[in-house]
Amino acid sequence: MSQYVLRRLLIAIPSLLGISVVLFVVLALAPGDPFSELATNPNVPPEVQAALRAKFGLDDPIYLRYLHWLNAMMHGDWGFSFVSRMNVDTLILQRLPATLYVIGSAQILALLVAIPVGVYAATKPYSLFDQIANTFAFIGFSLPTFFTGLLFILIFSVTLDWLPFVYTTDVKATGIHWVLEMIRQAIMPVAVLGLFQAASMTRFVRSAMLDVIRLDYVTTARAKGLGQATVIVKHVMRNAMIPVVTLIALQMPAVFGGAIVTEQIFRIPGIGSLLISSILSNDTPVVMAVTFVFACLVVLFNLIADVLYGWLDPRISLR
Amino acid sequence: MLDKELRSMIGDVKDGRMDRRAFIKRMAAVGLTAPLANQILALGGVAMAEGAQVYKPTKRGGGGALKLLWWQGPTLLNPHFATGTKDQDGSRLFYEPLACWDPDGNMKLVLAAEIPSLENGGLTADGKSVTWKLKPGVKWHDGKPFTADDVVFNWEYAKDPATSALTIATHRDITVEKVDDLTVRILFKKPTPFWADAFVGAPNTIIPKHLFKDYMGSKSREAPTNLSPVGTGPYKFVEFKPGDLVRGQLNPDYHMPNRPYFDTVEMKGGGDAVSAARAVIQTGEYDFGWNIQVEDDVLLRLEKGGKGKTIYAVGGDTEFIALNFTDPNTEVDGERSSMKTKHPLFSDPAVRKALSMLVDRESVKKAIYGRAGRTTANFLNGPEKFVSKNTSWEFSIEKASKLLDDAGWKPGADGIREKDGKKLKLLYQTSINGPRQKTQAIIKQACQKAGIDVELKSVVASVFFSSDVANPDTYAHFYADLEMFQIPLSQPDPSQHMRRYMSTNVATKENKWQGTNFPRWVNKEYDAAIEAAESEMDPVKRASHYIKANDLMFQDTVFIPVQHRLKVEAAANNLRPIISGWANETDNLHDWYREE
Repeated sequence: MSQYVLRRLLIAIPSLLGISVVLFVVLALAPGDPFSELATNPNVPPEVQAALRAKFGLDDPIYLRYLHWLNAMMHGDWGFSFVSRMNVDTLILQRLPATLYVIGSAQILALLVAIPVGVYAATKPYSLFDQIANTFAFIGFSLPTFFTGLLFILIFSVTLDWLPFVYTTDVKATGIHWVLEMIRQAIMPVAVLGLFQAASMTRFVRSAMLDVIRLDYVTTARAKGLGQATVIVKHVMRNAMIPVVTLIALQMPAVFGGAIVTEQIFRIPGIGSLLISSILSNDTPVVMAVTFVFACLVVLFNLIADVLYGWLDPRISLR
Repeated sequence: MLDKELRSMIGDVKDGRMDRRAFIKRMAAVGLTAPLANQILALGGVAMAEGAQVYKPTKRGGGGALKLLWWQGPTLLNPHFATGTKDQDGSRLFYEPLACWDPDGNMKLVLAAEIPSLENGGLTADGKSVTWKLKPGVKWHDGKPFTADDVVFNWEYAKDPATSALTIATHRDITVEKVDDLTVRILFKKPTPFWADAFVGAPNTIIPKHLFKDYMGSKSREAPTNLSPVGTGPYKFVEFKPGDLVRGQLNPDYHMPNRPYFDTVEMKGGGDAVSAARAVIQTGEYDFGWNIQVEDDVLLRLEKGGKGKTIYAVGGDTEFIALNFTDPNTEVDGERSSMKTKHPLFSDPAVRKALSMLVDRESVKKAIYGRAGRTTANFLNGPEKFVSKNTSWEFSIEKASKLLDDAGWKPGADGIREKDGKKLKLLYQTSINGPRQKTQAIIKQACQKAGIDVELKSVVASVFFSSDVANPDTYAHFYADLEMFQIPLSQPDPSQHMRRYMSTNVATKENKWQGTNFPRWVNKEYDAAIEAAESEMDPVKRASHYIKANDLMFQDTVFIPVQHRLKVEAAANNLRPIISGWANETDNLHDWYREE
């Protein structure tokens, strides 16, 4: 087992290197530079802009820039943002809590909705409950988050005036009021994201359950006289969860990566909004760091999913 | 003639026979006003007055929280590194200049004790120096006194190329010396009619020497105070998250009486302009929204029964279409739009004139800018004393068609005009931005009716405005026939703005397209007018040179002005913000208050 994990980790190194090369080259080839805002500022002559480009190494050949970056990264130096002249790791750590809180809660909400609804719908296929759940699931994943986000804002903020639609990181309250306020301002983004995720996940759970529920051993379990609950939870769900775990594990990096659209709409200062504003201002070191961390997380969670398979189904042996 | 009249008027003001306001009104009548009318008075020997004060609160603090929404939040808080106005706005909460600009373009004292004038010895007749007296007793937020050393330090800090300060251009050609602890003198190499650049306004706020002196030059990025400013301003720094949030709290030792009114200030970033307008005007979650570039219909709808309103400030920003005087389609020595070529179509003045008649400025105003725009024939739209009254514009497809007919451009079989085998087909580029694409569509339609085929192109702003030498889509390469954007007038003076288009500043491959004259228009008369203006100490003659320069651009149709744009902000109904078209939004923040 530990040998398996070690081997997988070693394989990950070349693939991460490959990913970093691709990311770096694509970013380096992308047009524009971080100083475009200066162009129309009459106080800043173009030669100042050019001097900054040279100083930040933007005029060096790509391979040199890549080697510099790789070398610094090995030493744990993530570089600094061209736009805020601040260390990239500080910038990312500053944004992480908001993302973890909002996107994490959304994922939990999605699981809490998807698993019970999916399982129950699968036990009674084509019943009224199943039909309703399916309809909502279709509506849910057909509507993009930017649309539901605006809809929620119009209903709950503008018309009803119940919830704020600007997310603030410094809530001016202490104790229980702070907790309540944090929950209140996260309701809309969490609902928008969570329900969107839940919709597709419900469909997935349902079909995974249906695949298993028809198998002979389930009939055998029932014939033994086991109760419905035991059969479903212990015999069906455990097997049906294998593909679901894959799906969830692959979605975990997104929890750290943030949700670009939703973060933008609700002004959540998360990784997603950091990424989009950095892309828009061509702040390459930040874009590079965020996407690279994202790549590492994808590799890591794939590994975790594989390890979990072994636990869920001992027949799958990890060698 | 104007000259004589002006001198007698200045005399009247000096002797008290005419009041200042009346003088400024008369100035406006002859085509001059506000910011520079005041400088005229200053040079004429009358002290520059402070703008009228309407500040009502009678004690410091007690105003609760002030919540500002900047849809692009500040990303750093060192004014010398500010890449955009958003960073200057954020820094200005904590740092202060010697003086700032009020809505009328009057100079307003901040850290200076008096406004330099000929009478108090602050200015000299040769225009080669300015002496500023500093306010005594001002303290930095950490309790250290603010002195002339700090001012001198800012100059040393910014002019050092290794610091890579973006304010270098303001500081590299001047010398700043300490006269005594509370007096500094700025020396210019040549007569400088507009002396209020260094240390004035939000872009040129002053940082403390004792906290930055170890971080000059190449170590500038490492200064911890880059991210946690210690200034002299009305608010003390509390917290900063780049792109997201800036927070400050009342400075109990602030050097102005009864100020500031608010106990805390919060500047939230992120999102977009429309939802920012909504959060201020419709739901009232925030008190003030910055730069609300939103269609007027939307704003009018939000304002109905809302909790806030839009406010406007007049400055000198002009949205224009530039015409390329070189040929973008012929490559000479690896460079298109080369100075060795002439534009095949625009070398006929009739084509340029006709195009100008096809820009329906009134429709653009009605359909797009609404209350935030004014139609204009001029490239230079402010300060008012520099605005030409000799120009006019009209929109007429018939007249444009006739002009082209007369010049020999006849419609071909496909309805597109041609002459000598050259078809009137134009490529019209701009940056991606809602109002710009709509303007493009309006103009394209009119051109089509007149037999001109226009191809539209839009480029992502970060590419269009970049200095990337290798990218052909930047505004400076100008590989198109027409391009539209705006260059903000960041101070109440046109000198920097107009100098761009001198023939020595043409953008070419040789200077890596760093030249500022992107239309590549060359006019000896224009060069002469600008040179004359730059060394002219007589404000009236100086203004007339700039007016002449504007008129030359008008005659040659170098630019087709589309709209004189105003600043648009959103504010809660009870907030009394002070916004100047000549300054950053936070430049007058110490005077903001809330009506009870």
